[in-house]
Amino acid sequence: MSKNSELQTPNSKLQTDWEPKIVAFLCNWCSYAGADLAGISRIQYPPNVRIIRIPCSGRVHPLFIMRSLQNGADGVLVSGCHPGDCHYISGNYIARRRFAILKNLLEYVGIEPERVQFSWVSASEGEKFAKVVEDVVEQVKALGPAKRLVKRKADPH
Amino acid sequence: MKKIRIGVYVCHCGLNIAGVVDVAAVRDYAKTLPGVVVARDNRYACSEVGQRAIAQDIKRHKLERVVVASCTPRLHESTFQRVLGENGLNPYLIEMANIRDQCSWVHYDQPEKATQKAKDLVRAAVARARLLRPLEVNTSPVNKSAMVIGAGIAGISAALYLGKAGIKTYLVEKGPSIGGHMAMLDKTFPTLDCSLCILSPLMVDVAQNENIKLLTCTEMTDVTGFAGNFKVKLRKKPRYVDEDKCVACGLCAEKCPTKVPDEFNRGLTMRKAIYIPFAQAIPSKYLIDPERCLYFTKERCKVCQRVCEAGALNFDQKEEEVEIDIGVIIITTGFDVYDPSENREYGYGRYPNVLTQLDFERMLSADGPTHGKLKRLSDGKPIKRLAFIQCVGSRNLGNAKYCSRVCCMITTKQAVMVKEKNSEVEVYVYYIDMRTAGKEFEEFYQRARSSGVVFVRGRPGEIVEHLQTHNLRIIAEDADSGCLFENEVDMVILAVGLKPAKDVQDLTKKLRLSRSADGFLLEAHPKLRPAETTMDGVYLAGCAQFPKDIPDTVAQAGNAAAVAAGLLSRDVIEIVPLNAVVNADNCIGCGLCESLCPYGAIRLEKTAQGPKAGVTETLCKGCGVCAASCPERAIAIQHYADEQIIAQIQALLGVR
Repeated sequence: MSKNSELQTPNSKLQTDWEPKIVAFLCNWCSYAGADLAGISRIQYPPNVRIIRIPCSGRVHPLFIMRSLQNGADGVLVSGCHPGDCHYISGNYIARRRFAILKNLLEYVGIEPERVQFSWVSASEGEKFAKVVEDVVEQVKALGPAKRLVKRKADPH
Repeated sequence: MKKIRIGVYVCHCGLNIAGVVDVAAVRDYAKTLPGVVVARDNRYACSEVGQRAIAQDIKRHKLERVVVASCTPRLHESTFQRVLGENGLNPYLIEMANIRDQCSWVHYDQPEKATQKAKDLVRAAVARARLLRPLEVNTSPVNKSAMVIGAGIAGISAALYLGKAGIKTYLVEKGPSIGGHMAMLDKTFPTLDCSLCILSPLMVDVAQNENIKLLTCTEMTDVTGFAGNFKVKLRKKPRYVDEDKCVACGLCAEKCPTKVPDEFNRGLTMRKAIYIPFAQAIPSKYLIDPERCLYFTKERCKVCQRVCEAGALNFDQKEEEVEIDIGVIIITTGFDVYDPSENREYGYGRYPNVLTQLDFERMLSADGPTHGKLKRLSDGKPIKRLAFIQCVGSRNLGNAKYCSRVCCMITTKQAVMVKEKNSEVEVYVYYIDMRTAGKEFEEFYQRARSSGVVFVRGRPGEIVEHLQTHNLRIIAEDADSGCLFENEVDMVILAVGLKPAKDVQDLTKKLRLSRSADGFLLEAHPKLRPAETTMDGVYLAGCAQFPKDIPDTVAQAGNAAAVAAGLLSRDVIEIVPLNAVVNADNCIGCGLCESLCPYGAIRLEKTAQGPKAGVTETLCKGCGVCAASCPERAIAIQHYADEQIIAQIQALLGVR
């Protein structure tokens, strides 16, 4: 764990118990189906990710990512079809361009780039989906809880 | 605001969910969520009993929304939508929480965390359900005719299936004759049927079928509309010969002074500037090649006009624009063969005795450059030693990773045919693997082996031509013996791969289709919808989708025709209402949405209040790119509106 995140989580009890909350936006045609395949294949991955199904990665408004961070998400994952495979022809390319800009902005306001991640997972890549989740969870864990932009403390359900 | 009444159903899925997730705890938790008036658990929510429980509650508890926490919506959303529809609720008022594929199956060693996650997902589903809106399904009338683009064996088969079913079908072919690559084959594997003998009766059927309108020398220039209602613009190039008058006597070609390499014989023979593509061509009408004709290039000659007794020549013919209205499109544009000279492979194009399989197919044909005789093109010497090299332009990390599927069998066929013509000829096949999966393919391959064809496991690095004799020296490692194998042959045949036809790119753009990584057209589902594209009302068959042999092509053409006929049998087409909706008050007419829409479904329209974005509902697929890009958030995607998604985000993160 980095020095920085230790500073962010002074409470040592919190530090050991803390599990990141990650919101994932998955396109219906590729990545959501890939997540289903991970389930069908019983591939185990960390339970930190909460999935929202959207028609296309191109549907993800930057606002959705901002709202996730504001409401207490420690990380956000957006995943779409592989380049060239978009069900809607080019939605994933548009998403990729949009997030390149958004990530610059987030970095500028002090959000670590690892908190917001983008990936391509096809309907046939259950294993890859599990791997992506593992990687994202691991990277966000290393950063510690998100502090910036958070509007209010999340309900500790 | 009136509280929306919500019912929540938590499914055990036998032990699939209940074995890990504490279903009772999730059910009890659901009862505490705002608006939830009833929460139950079911052994199997999708079963008849489970469906009945939901149906009864809709009536008894006057439910306005339903949440089912079970498997993936990709499996059973339509099942539960039907339950709602049958019980007086709009089908779009259901939301599913995927607690099987996303909880019990992927966190089975952490039951507590899986249960907590299931509660979070149910909470989010309830939050979203509250904001769901009823959607009305629209309908549009169906134009009951079809267009097939490309008239090889795939297009011919599809058009005949449709025509015989009484469907008006336009068969559009850019070349002067139908028949495609199959017409160029001498024989077909593994039966050694004469290719034209089985193809040409079908070509005649096409010409004679009263429901099929054949349009040759014709290309699609534009297409608008949607499934059931396409408007297509076609450009028909002039033949300069009146199709109604030409009797195909051939006098014109006999007298024509200009010789041109003959495409049908792969440039290995010459034809005239006025010509018929091949003897069995349909339509059986001559045409002028204006790029080579003396009249069109130098304004003289016109000998064809003088000798034509039917008076069929018409040098003033112009390009015609044709517009047709159709309901479905079937794409059967086939393939191009790989050209090894692109990468200077094996001296193709430089060494006269290195040919491709398709070139050699023409040599084996009685109509070909050697009239089916086994002699070299360079010097007419009889062929005594012949080598095939497999996987040229296939299974290659550089230009095509995929296996072209037919080349092994074409080589086997040509090797057998050579042995049948002259068993003394020594035939060598250099291969990586011989792929002979297909009905009676393996038996056919064994027949080649037992007829004396030598199969060498190893791909030659290069071949060298002897300057005087034009013989070809091949060195390859024989992987079976581990020895270097040096060989000198009279002729080398390259088993070239099949690649996506050049025009596919243009077609993809016009019809907004997807292609797979290899460049072939992408089917809607690799297993269950192999003859459909991602565009409704557009189907595909044959090598436009992926390399395949003739039986597979014909089968897929039948599949495409059946799906197309299914759509055409309906009077109206239902339009799923998951489209974009513009709030004109907020729209500032910037046009960003128009520039990004992958379907051309959103366009700026002039209004009294200035330009405003307008959605063509029938074109819109509901991807949401416009909504996510609109600086004024003036566009909503039905069923995936901003507020619905944001409610889900907040609920997932614990905001009730």
